Amino acid sequence: MSTLLEVSGVSVSFDGFKAINNLSFQIGPAEMRAIIGPNGAGKTTFMDIVTGKTRPDEGRVLWGDKSVSLLKMSEAQIAQAGVGRKFQRPTVFEDQSVFDNLLLALKKDRGPFAVLAYRQSARDAEKVAELAAEIGLSDQLSRKSGELSHGQKQWLEIGMLLAQDPQLLLVDEPAAGMTLEEREHTTTILVEAAKTRAVVVVEHDMEFVRRLNCKVTVLHEGAVLAEGSLDHVTKNQDVIDVYLGR
Amino acid sequence: MTGSFLSRNPSVLIFIAVLALFTLLATVFSEAFGAGLISTSFIKTLGKTLCLCLVAIAMDLVWGYAGILSLGHMAFFGLGGYMIGMWLMYERTRGIVTSSMANADIPPTPQEVTDAIGNQIFGVVGSSDFPAIWAFSASLPLQLALVVLVPGLLALVFGWLAFRSRVTGVYLSILTQAMTLALALYLFQNDSGLRGNNGLSGLQNLPGLDAVSQDVVSVWFLWASALALGLGYMLCAWVVSGKFGSVIRGIRDDEARVRFLGYSVESYKLFIFVLTAVIAGIAGALYYPQAGIINPAEIAPIASIYLAVWVAIGGRGRLYGAVIGAAFVSLVSTWFTSGQVPSVNLGVYTVDWVDWWQVVLGLSFVLVTLFAPKGIGGLFDLISGRLAPNRHGKDLGPDAGSLREQEAEQ
Repeated sequence: MSTLLEVSGVSVSFDGFKAINNLSFQIGPAEMRAIIGPNGAGKTTFMDIVTGKTRPDEGRVLWGDKSVSLLKMSEAQIAQAGVGRKFQRPTVFEDQSVFDNLLLALKKDRGPFAVLAYRQSARDAEKVAELAAEIGLSDQLSRKSGELSHGQKQWLEIGMLLAQDPQLLLVDEPAAGMTLEEREHTTTILVEAAKTRAVVVVEHDMEFVRRLNCKVTVLHEGAVLAEGSLDHVTKNQDVIDVYLGR
Repeated sequence: MTGSFLSRNPSVLIFIAVLALFTLLATVFSEAFGAGLISTSFIKTLGKTLCLCLVAIAMDLVWGYAGILSLGHMAFFGLGGYMIGMWLMYERTRGIVTSSMANADIPPTPQEVTDAIGNQIFGVVGSSDFPAIWAFSASLPLQLALVVLVPGLLALVFGWLAFRSRVTGVYLSILTQAMTLALALYLFQNDSGLRGNNGLSGLQNLPGLDAVSQDVVSVWFLWASALALGLGYMLCAWVVSGKFGSVIRGIRDDEARVRFLGYSVESYKLFIFVLTAVIAGIAGALYYPQAGIINPAEIAPIASIYLAVWVAIGGRGRLYGAVIGAAFVSLVSTWFTSGQVPSVNLGVYTVDWVDWWQVVLGLSFVLVTLFAPKGIGGLFDLISGRLAPNRHGKDLGPDAGSLREQEAEQ
């Protein structure tokens, strides 16, 4: 299987503290992957490195068929290359309508002059409507996104990621603070998305990970501790020590 | 989101209508063209106020919409004034010098004329040579181009350096204050080439139009200022109405999210910063010929802080709010500081409004920020809220079968 993203030998330290320690990680073009690990294992830092927010001290991050290095690109360039990221707490533009939020995220020319000259076409409105249907917010299009519930904001943000049409989705704790019903809906959206693109989900909640039914990578102290199916890694003695030993 | 730009933004049309009516009334009551109920000096005050409204719109765009609290935009305003002032002063002095030399026995050489002009302009700072920055001052088109280019280039260089290093929030505000202070201090020097603390004066006299009285000139400038304000308002409304407005409001509310959506936040900030600097420069170029004089004190840091206060009191994040704030506060300020308001005698202390106005203004700024963050413009929400309650997305009636908002609109 070809790889979409290859992280190899990456290390980063903040004031002497090694947040990521010689981490290597690979993911294929249409794959779902869950990353679990205790607090401080480096899950969010890993996402920061891939999306260009943090520069690693050493190592390589290669992207796509042409194996382009992501390390020299800005956040915006990485996002344009096809990496979408969802933050831990829902971040949508609360002052703007759901429709405008999705329109903003649609894959289009991102330059200031192109955006200034942009005229909304019927095709774009259709696309937004399709996306809204996918995330279950069709009835909320004209509402301000600040009025949405916590779960709806999370879905809207996932919808904004899908609107970018990324090849890789990085999703940070999508189910945090959700009811059981909302979690099921979130699972459906993510599983659907993973059919056509790579999805990496960072999650604390084992139940949610089990429902995703995918390969799991366990991080601990900035390095990969174990990798495999959820049943496989939960039987691993190191993983048990890390999770239960604290 | 269908229909023309104006039908989607009815407030633009209302604004233009109000502005046109205002200009018409001012003209009808002016000394030059009508009843003479409004003195020429007050016409000039009104014209200057329109220019302040224009720079306030620029401030609203950069602060209220893009969330960049620039406390240096009056530097661009002042630079615009200096650029047009150089031509006005050069051309008028040339007229005076050539007419006085015309009586000489031997016709003066061009070099003698230039020297005489230089002596007239720079004698006050103990010099008679033209500095390099006056190279284009003989040409109106070139100086007009500089009105746009100089503030634009300064904003481009400053903004590129600041935004590229991701300086945001209060640090950026302090940097912009430092920029305007540095510029003011530089211009205060006699060898800066712009006559030090004397500044440029006599700008109210248009070269070649000595026969036209100030009554008429003041109305001309009122018209020009109103036109500039109208066009500036439409331009800014167009910029913020579409997807571009959506992006910059996104930057204001959550910069990181916009960045991870793939937008280059820095380019957008730079675009808005330069655009508003250019608008400020044009506003300044129209303001100072009406004021008659410009000196470096005009671009002191406090001027830009006043600008932010106007926009905050008027209501940021809406263009008409900025206009209302600038017009209201600057006119009231003129009234208070001109000594027309009677002092209040408290027995032990007499409140002199010329001194106490600053306190009133500062206090109202604090009160507006705390209790009415939408400013004066927020009153319009109150009115429209009474007329049509805001029930976005909800059923319009109590029972399940009642129309929803979108159905009712169809």
